[in-house]
Amino acid sequence: MLSDTGQKLYHWLDERFNLTPLIDYMQHKQVPVHKHSVWYYMGGVALFLFIVQVCSGILLLFYYQPGVDSSHESVRFIMTKVNFGWLVRSVHSWSANLMVFFVFVHMFSTFFTRAYQKPRELTWMTGFILLVLAMTFGFSGYLLPWDELAFFATKVGTDIAGAVPLIGEAMKIVLRGGDDVTGATLSRFYAIHVAMIPALFTVILGLHLLFVQRQGMHEPEAFKKLKPEQKKMIPFFPNFVLRDVLLWLIILNILLFLAVLFPWELGPKADPFVSAPEGIRPEWYFMFMFQFLKMLPAHIGFMEGEVAGILFFTLGGLVWLLTPLWAFKKRGKVDIMLLCGLLVIAFILVMTVIGYVY
Amino acid sequence: MKRNRFLNIILGGGTLAWLGSIFYPVFSFLNPPKRPEANVHSVKAGPADKLAVNSGEIIKFGRRPVLLIRMDTGEVRAFSATCTHLDCIVQYRQDSKQIWCACHNGYYDLRGRNISGPPPRPLDVYPVNIVNNEIIVSKPKQMG
Amino acid sequence: MKNQNHASFLCLAAMAVLVLWAAGLRAAEDDPPLSETDQCLSCHLDDDVMPQDYGEHDIHMQKGLSCAGCHGGDPANDDMDDSMSPAAGYVGIPDKKDIPRFCGKCHSDIDFMRQYQPAIQTDQAEQYGHSVHGAKLMRGDTSVAVCTSCHSGHNIMPASDPRSTVYALNVPETCNKCHGDAQYMKKYDIPTDQYEKFKKSVHGQALLEEQDTGAPACNDCHGNHGAMPPGITSISHVCGTCHINNMEYFAGTKMAAGFKKKKLHGCEECHGNHEVPKPSDKMIGDDKSSVCAQCHESGDKGFLTARVLRTRLDTLAAAYRKASVMKERVNSLGMDDLDIEFILQEAKQSLTKARTMIHTFDTLKVSALTTEGLVKNQQAIREARVQIEAYYIRRKGLGASTFIITLLIVALYLKIREIERRQKSTTGEV
Ligand code: HEM
Ligand code: FES
Repeated sequence: MLSDTGQKLYHWLDERFNLTPLIDYMQHKQVPVHKHSVWYYMGGVALFLFIVQVCSGILLLFYYQPGVDSSHESVRFIMTKVNFGWLVRSVHSWSANLMVFFVFVHMFSTFFTRAYQKPRELTWMTGFILLVLAMTFGFSGYLLPWDELAFFATKVGTDIAGAVPLIGEAMKIVLRGGDDVTGATLSRFYAIHVAMIPALFTVILGLHLLFVQRQGMHEPEAFKKLKPEQKKMIPFFPNFVLRDVLLWLIILNILLFLAVLFPWELGPKADPFVSAPEGIRPEWYFMFMFQFLKMLPAHIGFMEGEVAGILFFTLGGLVWLLTPLWAFKKRGKVDIMLLCGLLVIAFILVMTVIGYVY
Repeated sequence: MKRNRFLNIILGGGTLAWLGSIFYPVFSFLNPPKRPEANVHSVKAGPADKLAVNSGEIIKFGRRPVLLIRMDTGEVRAFSATCTHLDCIVQYRQDSKQIWCACHNGYYDLRGRNISGPPPRPLDVYPVNIVNNEIIVSKPKQMG
Repeated sequence: MKNQNHASFLCLAAMAVLVLWAAGLRAAEDDPPLSETDQCLSCHLDDDVMPQDYGEHDIHMQKGLSCAGCHGGDPANDDMDDSMSPAAGYVGIPDKKDIPRFCGKCHSDIDFMRQYQPAIQTDQAEQYGHSVHGAKLMRGDTSVAVCTSCHSGHNIMPASDPRSTVYALNVPETCNKCHGDAQYMKKYDIPTDQYEKFKKSVHGQALLEEQDTGAPACNDCHGNHGAMPPGITSISHVCGTCHINNMEYFAGTKMAAGFKKKKLHGCEECHGNHEVPKPSDKMIGDDKSSVCAQCHESGDKGFLTARVLRTRLDTLAAAYRKASVMKERVNSLGMDDLDIEFILQEAKQSLTKARTMIHTFDTLKVSALTTEGLVKNQQAIREARVQIEAYYIRRKGLGASTFIITLLIVALYLKIREIERRQKSTTGEV
């Protein structure tokens, strides 16, 4: 009965939109199976978490009121008065962090499997833009509850932006909507978080997914060398998609577990007139940059230490974005790219650990 | 085949239950709570004719208590009910027609000014409007 | 015709009024300053022989009384000898002992003073006569304060003017000029550390640190023109002008009667006078540091009462702290603590009332209040428990959803296996 109506509905749609080639395409699209296949799922997890973000974010918008004397109050209100408000907020916060985490994992996995090589240069570059946007999501969202830590972290964060030579000061003023972090900053961050970044992100993500669909999955070196009959493949639909869904369910379970057992906290309301409390730190994914900048000496050569640091990260990011253009080929046993990747991971890990331990 | 049927039932039922466990919280989330706003800018304090002349009443304004007074002239006024001395709750005294704090016998006049006893400062005044016989108390206006 | 006449008349009248008014304005504007018309001022300013403490904001100057207003003489005459002759009414510089009468000439005359302020007091000189200062002056002691000692001679401003020596915030300094000078006060055999003590007291802190003009300065307890140390009977009335309940409670006790007999000062005996510290629950009780132990001995009735009272307060204070901690926990869990807060406000009120009720030394009355507070605290704690429990109930919901999702995961896993087995059997090896 149920499947009958399903069939009818499918036919109705197929008649009008000619779906069959699409399904055929997806069914014929093959995903390689090998010992590194797990990494194929990481982008999907990031995608799932993005969907969770969009849904929970829209729900929060029903009650959130941006403003110096309503932001904190309305978040409190969501947590205490709105049915399941505590859950929605906790899910949104946890999922945001998980999303950034999985985007990082996804990026490094494509890096190590050299998926950025021709013809996937643009997939890599759009991917990098997504990473930057995801971090901006986090940065702008962090301020919205207008609690103490977020307030001061935003102050420090925008101060760092202000240290950029030439355009820094202007950038800081535009970000803050004035000289200081105030209600004006809050309005801006709100606009950035709920309108600007989501729109950009959706477009770039669309491109990213379109590229992946057109090009199919990248095959790692060792797999490529196999004879066609030795290559193990599964159809994208339904096999790969179902596995994706399976993993999403597992992630959902983990997400709910974290959100319920470790509910996201709400610090005391920000008071611009008290001195900064102890332990102001950015969100963990900014920690490595924050810590590195902090550890730099006051002057490096003719430059201010901080300026040099910012220059370093800007150039580093640019080089990383352009990886497909300069990537070294593997020569014999030496894999320079593997070393590069490990070096970057080591740098991020060490700085993050130092940031939290000291 | 029987196992297959069983699996399909579990899958279908599970999906339904799962959808339920998503939509139930979402719908109750969208259903506005009793007090539908985070920030209290004004509070409805009941019909004006229910508040007797020459009497007072404590109402809740967000996190603070507020003293609502109906004076002999019929005018309704509202003040922060938190005594400026040591935070006791003040009350309206029908005999002396003043605001009184029982804790240390502090007195305020009907404009909230401290006139005797230990209170060092006047009480905050909350603007009152009466719309269609409904008393509406609003947040004190802030400077700037 | 007639109408026109009326109109032109009105016009003329209006114009006349306008012209007169404008002329008046001009006259007022063009009035030369006192320093030019007043011969005393103009010479004294030119020759630079103005009184040392002269200030231009002086109230008498402001009101146009000028020098002659007090010192007599003829300010219109520019001949020094004539204008400053007794014939011209010149009285010159008064002796210190004559100053109260000198000022009183006007200040005790309501008919004169009324012109300046309808409700002004005119009893200062009269009161002064009854003060310690005044009594000593009458006996010929000219070291004591007279009007000018506190108000200054030629820079006098109303007490409401913050620049005035007698503005509430400035009074302690003004009194301290003499009273804090050990050398000067030597012959009187009274302490000179009042100001130092006062500065540290609750009153001093409020007045001098917080600049709260509602807090008492020296004159609020001692009076000003009639300044005198408050006597044994009056002291509790002095404190009671502000601390009404405390005074009334205390006045009704047996202890108050006992104090009177023993000639002990009411409030002061326990709270001190100039150095009144912020009261704490530690003041009452049976341990060494309590004020009760200063008189009561171990075992006597007062001693027992003190112990009971202290226990009551401590129990309530502890319960209140505990409930507050619970409220904080509810808050940090992100649960609703609004109702708890309201209940706790009431609990705190009971504690505050009980602390005041201590002054009756009536264990029943105090217990009634502390019990009321304890009940409120209990209610708050119960409410907090409900909230905390609700927080944990959420985990049960989690259990249910985890179960459903896990079931789905397993079923999906089996389904995938089944699909793939089927695919294998239809397409052979993959
Ligand atoms: C929120 C951010 C992102 C989402 C939602 C997302 C989503 C996806 C999805 C669903 C896929 C296909 C499945 C897979 O290969 O895992 C994919 C592939 C890919 N993504 Fe992303 N991605 C994101 C960010 C990034 C970033 C930051 C990079 C690198 C800088 C990146 C680079 C790639 C590349 C190179 C592929 C092709 C992989 C292959 O063909 O094997 N993506 N992305
Ligand atoms: S608390 Fe109101 S008078 Fe003390």
